[in-house]
Amino acid sequence: MGMTMTQKILAAHAGLDRVEAGQLIEAKLDVVMANDITGPMALPIFREMAENVFDKDKVVLVPDHFTPNKDIKSAENSKAIREFAKAQGLSWYFEQGKSGVEHAILPEAGVVVSGECIIGADSHTCTYGALGAFSTGVGTTDIATGMAMGELWFKVPPAIQFVLTGKPGPYVTGKDIILHIIGKIGVDGALYKSMEFTGDGIANLTMDDRFTICNMAIEAGAKNGIFPVDAQTEEYMKEHSKKSYTIYAADQDAEYDDVVTINLAEVRPTVAFPHLPGNAKTIDEIEAMEPIKIDQVVIGSCTNGRISDMRKAAAILKGHTVHPDVRVMVVPATQNIYKQCIKEGLIDIFIDAGCAVNTPSCGPCMGGHMGVMAAGEKCVSTTNRNFVGRMGHVDSLIYLASPEVAAASAIAGCIANPEKVGDR
Amino acid sequence: MKALGHVFKYGDNVDTDVIIPARYLNSFDAKELASHAMVDIDPTFVERVKPGDLIVANKNFGCGSSREHAPLCLKTAGVSCVIAETFARIFYRNAINIGLPIIECPEAARGIEEGDEVEVDFDSGKIYNRTKGTEFQGQPFPEFMQKLIAAGGLVKYTNSKKEK
Repeated sequence: MGMTMTQKILAAHAGLDRVEAGQLIEAKLDVVMANDITGPMALPIFREMAENVFDKDKVVLVPDHFTPNKDIKSAENSKAIREFAKAQGLSWYFEQGKSGVEHAILPEAGVVVSGECIIGADSHTCTYGALGAFSTGVGTTDIATGMAMGELWFKVPPAIQFVLTGKPGPYVTGKDIILHIIGKIGVDGALYKSMEFTGDGIANLTMDDRFTICNMAIEAGAKNGIFPVDAQTEEYMKEHSKKSYTIYAADQDAEYDDVVTINLAEVRPTVAFPHLPGNAKTIDEIEAMEPIKIDQVVIGSCTNGRISDMRKAAAILKGHTVHPDVRVMVVPATQNIYKQCIKEGLIDIFIDAGCAVNTPSCGPCMGGHMGVMAAGEKCVSTTNRNFVGRMGHVDSLIYLASPEVAAASAIAGCIANPEKVGDR
Repeated sequence: MKALGHVFKYGDNVDTDVIIPARYLNSFDAKELASHAMVDIDPTFVERVKPGDLIVANKNFGCGSSREHAPLCLKTAGVSCVIAETFARIFYRNAINIGLPIIECPEAARGIEEGDEVEVDFDSGKIYNRTKGTEFQGQPFPEFMQKLIAAGGLVKYTNSKKEK
C-alpha cells in the first residue's frame, strides 16, 4: 500500500522509507514558528531545554496578534520575543512595519516552501499546506521543544482525499469552497486526519484560494491540509523564495479513509452561521430567509487578507457607500499587500466607501483588540472562527464569509449576495 | 494515580475561545488564566470548581486555537481530568504536554451527568461513576505517550533523551 502526500513528507523527515497511519515518529523540522501570544510563553519552557535555538534560520517569530501592542502586558510579551530574536540572531523576525499576519507573511517572504515539515504555535499554521508542505499547529510546549531540538513527535495521520473537479462560478472563492466542505463533513469531520486536495479542479484555483482552503483545514479538526505542487505553486515559490524545495506526490495506491468529490461548479457563495464554521448556508438559502441585519464587517485575517481578497472586496465596494448602520474594517494582511492596495487605488475605494483601513494585525479576528463587538451585535467577517464570544461579547454573533459576500453585505446592511450588488 | 471529584458536564465542540477567551491571553500566568477558566460558556465555573473536580464533555473538546493556556487554566483551576467522546488534536497534545490527564471514552461521556461524583484510575483507564454505580473503560494512552507522561511531560522527556 502506498503513502499519502503527507505521509511521504513525514517519512522523509523521520529518515524512514515508509510510515503508516497511526505510527508514532520523530521528525526533523524545517520551520518552527511562534507569535506574540505563544512565543513569550514558550521562552521559559525553551530555557529548560536549551540555551540556543537549534538553527537560527529555522526558528521564526512573528508578533501579530496583539500588535501594534494593545496594552502594557502585550507590549511586555512582544518585547520578550523581540529581545530573544535579537539575542539569538534569528534570520526571520518580523517586526511591526515590516510584518503582517504570520500565515500571510511566511509564504510571501519565502520562509516556507513545498516539501517542508513545519510547525507553528498557532492553529492556522496548516495554511502552508497550500504550497505542498506538511504544516501543522501545535501548542507552546511543543513549539519550545521544536525551537530547542529541531524535531518533534508526530502521530502519522490517515487522510481524507478531496477530489475537486470543475471550475468555480463567479463570486465563488476558496472561502466558499472550504466553508462548503466543512458544512458537509462537520467541524470534526477530519479530526486527527490530513485533508489532501486533488483533482483537475485545482488548476482553476489561485494560490490565494489554496491558502484560504488549507488555512481552514483546522476548522474541520484536521491535522493538516495539503495541495499537490503544480506549475502555479512553483511559479509562486520562485517569485517569493530563495530556498530550494522538494516536490512530493501521493502514491497512486495511497490509502484514504474516505474520498469526497466536490464539483466546484456547484459550490455557491457560502456563509457559516454562528457559532460553528460548519453551520454553512448558501447565499440562496439566506436570500430565502428574513434579512439578517448586521452592525460590523471585517475584511482581512490569515484567511482572507491577501491581495486578491482586497481586490475582490474593492471591486464590489467601488462606487458604493457602506450602509449607515454598518462599520467596516479592512485589514490588509501584510505591509506589501497594504502597499499594493495603495498602488492599485484600492485604499481610496475603501475609504471613499466609508471603511476604516487598519494596519496589518490579527486584531479583530479573535476579539483581542480593534473591532471588538458589544452585546447583540452581528458581524460578517472574512476570518475563520465564529465561536461564542470570539470577537467580543458572548452575545455577539459572527457570520463567516468571503470578501465579496462581506463587501456586498457592508453595502446592503444585511447579509447579501454579491451577484446582486446594483449597478452604480 | 487517581482522580476523584464532581462533574461539570458540557456538550459538543467546547472551543478554546470559551475555555479561555483571547481577551485574557495577554498573560500566561497560570493563576490569572485560571481565574477566567470557562468564563464564556459557564460564568460561575470558577466560583464552583473544587480541586479534583472533572469535566465531562461530548465530541471535539478543545477545538479551535492552539493556545496551551486552555488546558493550563483548567489544570490550575483544579480540574483533575477531562473525559470526552473525542478531543481536538492540538488540545490533546497540549494537555499531555502540561500534564492535564484526559481520557477519550464515548460511553462515559454519555453515561455521566452534571454533578455526578466520578473516580478515575489513570493506570487502568477505568472510570467509576459513584453516583450512579456505573463503570466505564477509557482508552489507554499509546505506549509512547505513556512514556512521555511517565517522564513528567515533554520537556523532561526531551531532557532525558539529550542525556543519553
